[in-house]
Amino acid sequence: MNQFKGQALSWELKNGVIELALNREPCNEIGSSTLAELEKFASALKELENNAHALILYSTLKSGFCAGADLRELYRGAQGMEKQSAARGVREFLERIHRVMNAIDGSPLTTIAAVNGVTFGGGFELALVCDLIIADKMARFCFPELRLGLIPGFGGVPRLKRDLGNAVVRDLLLTGRSFNATKAQQVGLVSQVVGEGESLKAARGAAAQLGKFDRRTAAAAKKFIKPIPYEELRQEIDIFCELFAQPAVEAGLKKFVESKDAQPYLP
Amino acid sequence: MPDSKQTLEEILNLAAAQFKVPREKLTPDDDFFKTLGIDSLQALDLLTRLEHHFNVELPDYELQGVSDFRTLAGRIQARL
Repeated sequence: MNQFKGQALSWELKNGVIELALNREPCNEIGSSTLAELEKFASALKELENNAHALILYSTLKSGFCAGADLRELYRGAQGMEKQSAARGVREFLERIHRVMNAIDGSPLTTIAAVNGVTFGGGFELALVCDLIIADKMARFCFPELRLGLIPGFGGVPRLKRDLGNAVVRDLLLTGRSFNATKAQQVGLVSQVVGEGESLKAARGAAAQLGKFDRRTAAAAKKFIKPIPYEELRQEIDIFCELFAQPAVEAGLKKFVESKDAQPYLP
Repeated sequence: MPDSKQTLEEILNLAAAQFKVPREKLTPDDDFFKTLGIDSLQALDLLTRLEHHFNVELPDYELQGVSDFRTLAGRIQARL
């Protein structure tokens, strides 16, 4: 399927480049509908790979690349459920999103996240599966999960650890503070910082360059340099599920969902 | 390095231009969420613009509870 247009995202293969566009208001929160369409994309990816050399992920929304998991859906879904059923549901969701993330991470294509604005939590984790991150100067990166009594659950910490020094990972994870694109480039997370609204254009430029290389060589180089940390990803799911059972999480989610605070996105 | 008065003035000018509010309608003690009519995502946008403009890093937690321009200017001044 070279083209798809869903409720939360769309994709198109053109000139050897797959462009996956996130398009779910207000800021591409990842809930069940986005996950289902991401799974559809992951299933189509194997076939798409035959005719492509690059994949670009981007958002059509000015608010940002992705604000992470849909916490409102998570909270409402857990309401009125037995604790054990809710925990099972969360584990199943995580297993599914991990399969999608691993499929993109392990794709032989060279993958580029063209990010803008809010790139938080699960959105940050989605960008981290890509080989390159090209950031609009207005992009911000953050793992706010500790505020909810959780750790990132979509593979963020193992992937961040793969790419960056442990001190930077601890800063992001333990303080929950956000970095702008310039800082993210300084610490080695972002490969290019471009002007406002220019990240997709810059990603297309990079993708055109990648098309000049032999695909088998590029895929071999990627496989060599970017192993998927399966064991740590598995541990992350276990830790997340263990924490999810704690009362602090329900309280944190309730506070977020019911917040009239003008700053709910700030940790 | 700008002094605190200049810093405050630059913040007010930047906020007015970015959120298309007449500059004369903004005063240092205004609640910027209310005066600018911005939500949390737009507040993050403002934070990023201020970091770029003043070339500083502003950890979000230092801004928790800050809602007026004068206090915001003080936080930025402390990092210049």
